[in-house]
Amino acid sequence: MTPLAGYLLVAALLFSIGLAGALTRRNAILVLIGIELMLNAANLNLIAFWRYGPHPEALTGMMFAIFSIAVAAAEAAVGLGLVIQIHRHAHTTDLDQMNRMKG
Amino acid sequence: MIETADQIFVLLKHWLVGFLPATWQPVAGVVLSVVAIIAFFPALFALTVWIERKGLGRMQNRIGPNRVGPLGILQPVADAIKSLIKEDIVPLSADAAVHFLAPLLLVAAVFMGFAVLPMGRNMTLVNMDAGLLFYFAMGASTELAVFMAGWSSRNKYSLLGAMRAVAQMISYEVPLLMSSVAVVMMTGSLSLTKIVAAQNHYTWGLPHWYIFTPWGFAGFVMYAIATTAETNRSPFDLPEGESELVAGYHTEYSGFKFALFFLGEYLAMFSISGLGATLFLGGWSAPFSFLGWVPSWIWFFSKLMLSICVFIWMRGTLPRLRQDQLMNFAWKFVLPLTLLNLLVAALWRFLGEGWERWVVCSAILLLAYAFMGWEGMRRGHLGPRRYRYAE
Amino acid sequence: MSLVFYAIAGLTLAGALAAVLLKNTVHCALALTVAFAGQALLFLELDAQFAGFAQILVYIGAVAVLVVFAILLTRGSETPKDGVYSRNWLAGLVIAAGVFAVLGWAVLGSARALPHETAAPTVTVLQIGNALMSRYVLPLEIVALLLTAALIGAVIVAMHEKEGHK
Repeated sequence: MTPLAGYLLVAALLFSIGLAGALTRRNAILVLIGIELMLNAANLNLIAFWRYGPHPEALTGMMFAIFSIAVAAAEAAVGLGLVIQIHRHAHTTDLDQMNRMKG
Repeated sequence: MIETADQIFVLLKHWLVGFLPATWQPVAGVVLSVVAIIAFFPALFALTVWIERKGLGRMQNRIGPNRVGPLGILQPVADAIKSLIKEDIVPLSADAAVHFLAPLLLVAAVFMGFAVLPMGRNMTLVNMDAGLLFYFAMGASTELAVFMAGWSSRNKYSLLGAMRAVAQMISYEVPLLMSSVAVVMMTGSLSLTKIVAAQNHYTWGLPHWYIFTPWGFAGFVMYAIATTAETNRSPFDLPEGESELVAGYHTEYSGFKFALFFLGEYLAMFSISGLGATLFLGGWSAPFSFLGWVPSWIWFFSKLMLSICVFIWMRGTLPRLRQDQLMNFAWKFVLPLTLLNLLVAALWRFLGEGWERWVVCSAILLLAYAFMGWEGMRRGHLGPRRYRYAE
Repeated sequence: MSLVFYAIAGLTLAGALAAVLLKNTVHCALALTVAFAGQALLFLELDAQFAGFAQILVYIGAVAVLVVFAILLTRGSETPKDGVYSRNWLAGLVIAAGVFAVLGWAVLGSARALPHETAAPTVTVLQIGNALMSRYVLPLEIVALLLTAALIGAVIVAMHEKEGHK
């Protein structure tokens, strides 16, 4: 197994752990934690290919990963702001109880 | 002879490492440097504790410690023995694992910051291309340790202190980074050794330190303010003020863990003062070219101790800021001025050599400061106090 | 595959597993921080220093603290009475396992086509800075706009409403 395959498998495992967390937990914040894990897995993939792949452009992978980190931080901020506002409205963050469209 | 005195620690390390076989030498060199840092800075911490208590005492018109040893010089030893033999009390409902890990994480993150500081010519532990970024990354890790300490104690005072401390550290992290970015912009590198090398030139005997430029001086002042807030020192020590919050986030810690928090705070002060000396005060370079014979590490540590003495002076002199005043100050005053400082630094470069750039840059900075200060005073309704009596 | 890689990968995956399995939400957030730190170490192992330090600065220094603040502001540290897993947890687990199976099959099946050991590209911070200002200036400006919009948006979304709106 080449080193690149090792890193890709770790990234795949990280992605599925994040996906499992986002799909099985009740608390909305843990869904966001799962999403952050998935974004990290994608970044790991990018950097692994940047390191081990052919290099027509020496910087693309790293730049992509850096922009992805910045955008993930922004998305986490907005997502958590939404969770806080929902908690203020419904007094719970339990996703199983948010099954009505009535405000 | 001068060269030997300057490089004495480097030569000592090479001599000691020379006893080992060749394959072990790089690792042994690094381990030796790490051991030297771990041994030296806590010793400096002990000295600083004594200086602080004596200095604060004199500023508050009292003598300070004078029982243990001549002039109280052995007081830090007494403090160390006391904190080691005190009972380590962990509250019953506290989260034991997190409670244990918080001081360790704090001290570990703070020690990592020392790895990139250039303490003398050729005396940087790891000469990284992105050294400044590494330093700020380690500083960001300390916030989480503070939060862990406050939350795991299951104590309202601790939690409140931790939230305030983290909010304060996050708010002042942006001005801290922005004032360093001006230095990076003018040097063209994130590597701390290159930043010091860029300041190590002399014109007519005077050095090219960044503090002697308008943007550098403004940047240094804002860096100093942000530093005082990042390390929770007076006048920004609301999270740990004794009269406000018992002891803030380290209320429930006793014995050695409290000593670790204390150590972590002072080490953070050392490393961030060292960084300030590197960025603005020329690091290990001498103030005048004719003083170049004094070893470089003496200059670095003198600048560091000077910054520490200024911290102690501020603690003894200025009153504490309230939480909302401190946050307002960060977001509405310091941050806009740091952004303006970036612009002024760019103008400094593009106006070219000569006296015009001094006048223009200083004028912009002074006007902005006066305007924002006037605006802040007007908003704050500051003036003679009006008393309202009960009818 | 070196021992260092296995150790760091193990740390990252253990942190991620703990982050989705633990009952106490604050412990999950701290395990997530461990996963982020492991990820930063993986980046450093891959010779991507700038990405590694940016990961620590942004994820551990900002995102983890944000998650922790959100947990505290929504009283997440109290355990709910119905348990922490939702009713349809098995379906979620099956889907995640299926996704991992597909990805793993794709990676292992194309092992012959993947590139082998090449020299690490040496990327200095100077090159990154130059690239950000020349080739990637449009994404940089868009990210700046995006971050400003996210900042304003997050403040407005999470702001206390005035009393009259209740």
